[in-house]
Amino acid sequence: MLSSDTPSRTGRLLRSSSWEINRRVISALLIRELLTRYGRNNIGFLWLFVEPAAFIIAVTIVWTKIRGVHITDIPIVEFALTGYSSLLLWRNGPSRCIGAVKSNRALLFHRQVTVFDIFTARILLEIFSISAVLMMLTIALWALDWLTLPEDVLQVIGGWFLTAWFAAGLAMIVGGLAEKAEVVGRLWPPFSYLLMAVSGVAFTVNALPPGARDIILWIPMINALEYLREGWFGSVMHAHYDIQYLVIVNVISTLVGVILVRQIGTGNASEE
Amino acid sequence: MIQLINVSKDYPTKAGPRRVLNNINLTIRPGEKVGILGQNGAGKSTLIRLISGAEPPTLGRIERNMSVSWPLAFSGGFHGALTGADNVRFICRIYGVDFEPRFEFVKEFSELGIYINEPVINYSSGMRARLAFAISMTIDFDCYLIDEVLAVGDSRFRERCKIELFEKRASKAKLIVSHSHRYLKGTCDRFLLFRDGRIEEHEDFDEVYFQYKAMLGEAFESKEQMVAEMN
Repeated sequence: MLSSDTPSRTGRLLRSSSWEINRRVISALLIRELLTRYGRNNIGFLWLFVEPAAFIIAVTIVWTKIRGVHITDIPIVEFALTGYSSLLLWRNGPSRCIGAVKSNRALLFHRQVTVFDIFTARILLEIFSISAVLMMLTIALWALDWLTLPEDVLQVIGGWFLTAWFAAGLAMIVGGLAEKAEVVGRLWPPFSYLLMAVSGVAFTVNALPPGARDIILWIPMINALEYLREGWFGSVMHAHYDIQYLVIVNVISTLVGVILVRQIGTGNASEE
Repeated sequence: MIQLINVSKDYPTKAGPRRVLNNINLTIRPGEKVGILGQNGAGKSTLIRLISGAEPPTLGRIERNMSVSWPLAFSGGFHGALTGADNVRFICRIYGVDFEPRFEFVKEFSELGIYINEPVINYSSGMRARLAFAISMTIDFDCYLIDEVLAVGDSRFRERCKIELFEKRASKAKLIVSHSHRYLKGTCDRFLLFRDGRIEEHEDFDEVYFQYKAMLGEAFESKEQMVAEMN
């Protein structure tokens, strides 16, 4: 039944370029993660959207109630949407990478599957799903006349890309460190709440006193969020950011992240 | 050919690194059948994992000029939420082979019927074993690593596995870990006996099994007596 294939085929494929193997393995893992995470039952893949959408809508409603009287000209729905979806990127990316190796360890028996592939698949799925959520919600809220579309779409995409890149580097660092010391994995959730307070989710840099602005811009992802919001709100928003600084941070954190992930061993004696 | 050159493997423990394999040299030529014996924890599965490439050696190097399977004991990598078909699809994707002809084979061999489209979590252990074995037969390798795989399942399943492995794939190299003399005797050309992190090579099954039993503390008085009792 299998004789239709030449026997040498597997051997050739296993020897094909490492990029080709990486691409194939990562896409297979992506589909697997998608199925195992969201399943086929109930509304299945819709959970991908419902989960974060529920968060964003709830936050928008709460903030609209609390801040009934606006102190700035920035519209609240767009403000909540951009802030919260950015937060989801850099918070969920690392969360998904903590313990990623443990739940996929059996797959490492296949020589071509590496820890790096497992991390990459999880990070990509997170970025894809949150990006899709942002797009769908934008269109849905626009159709309901709740929000206005970005003034400069390219700048919004640029800011989103920079946030996603930062999230990917951070995810590899947190996930890699969590493999070395379990405490990192346990501390990430509370630490991410602290970060949330200073990440610009709930404020613009311009709302701070001038002295505090320079300090807060040391937080990398706030630069991307300011850039993104400037693209969205345009002239209404007075943004503060240093893209060069963010790119340098992203390059370094990606390198550190990749090194940490490569250090993760693939097995231990407990499997003996 | 697969060559292990001065291979050692350490695993970390709280009391410091423990050397599981110590300076192993081993050559496996195309088509050879190698039986592996040793006590639990002696490093048999570690050797299999190193040869498969799932883990790197601590010291030394491993050269592979043949394609090598994953360790066939591995009934896992099955996620409970995935169906049998999903798992076949995943393997086909990561090995870069066509799904359809292989899925036909898995359906036929595993005899899962409609369960092939059910989540693996609903499978019995026998169903899982059949699926695992069927999936591992879908990819053509030059060398198969078999870690106690035939210990599971009923006798009919074991018989069918034997046909797939030893009749249909008679020309392929195999490394077989087993405690069962019924399984090793007559199927293997060479034997490896694990002792204190090293391996001893044997040509004669009766000799290696006699020493293995002695190691377990179940020694026979003589080889003749052992052979008589085995039959």
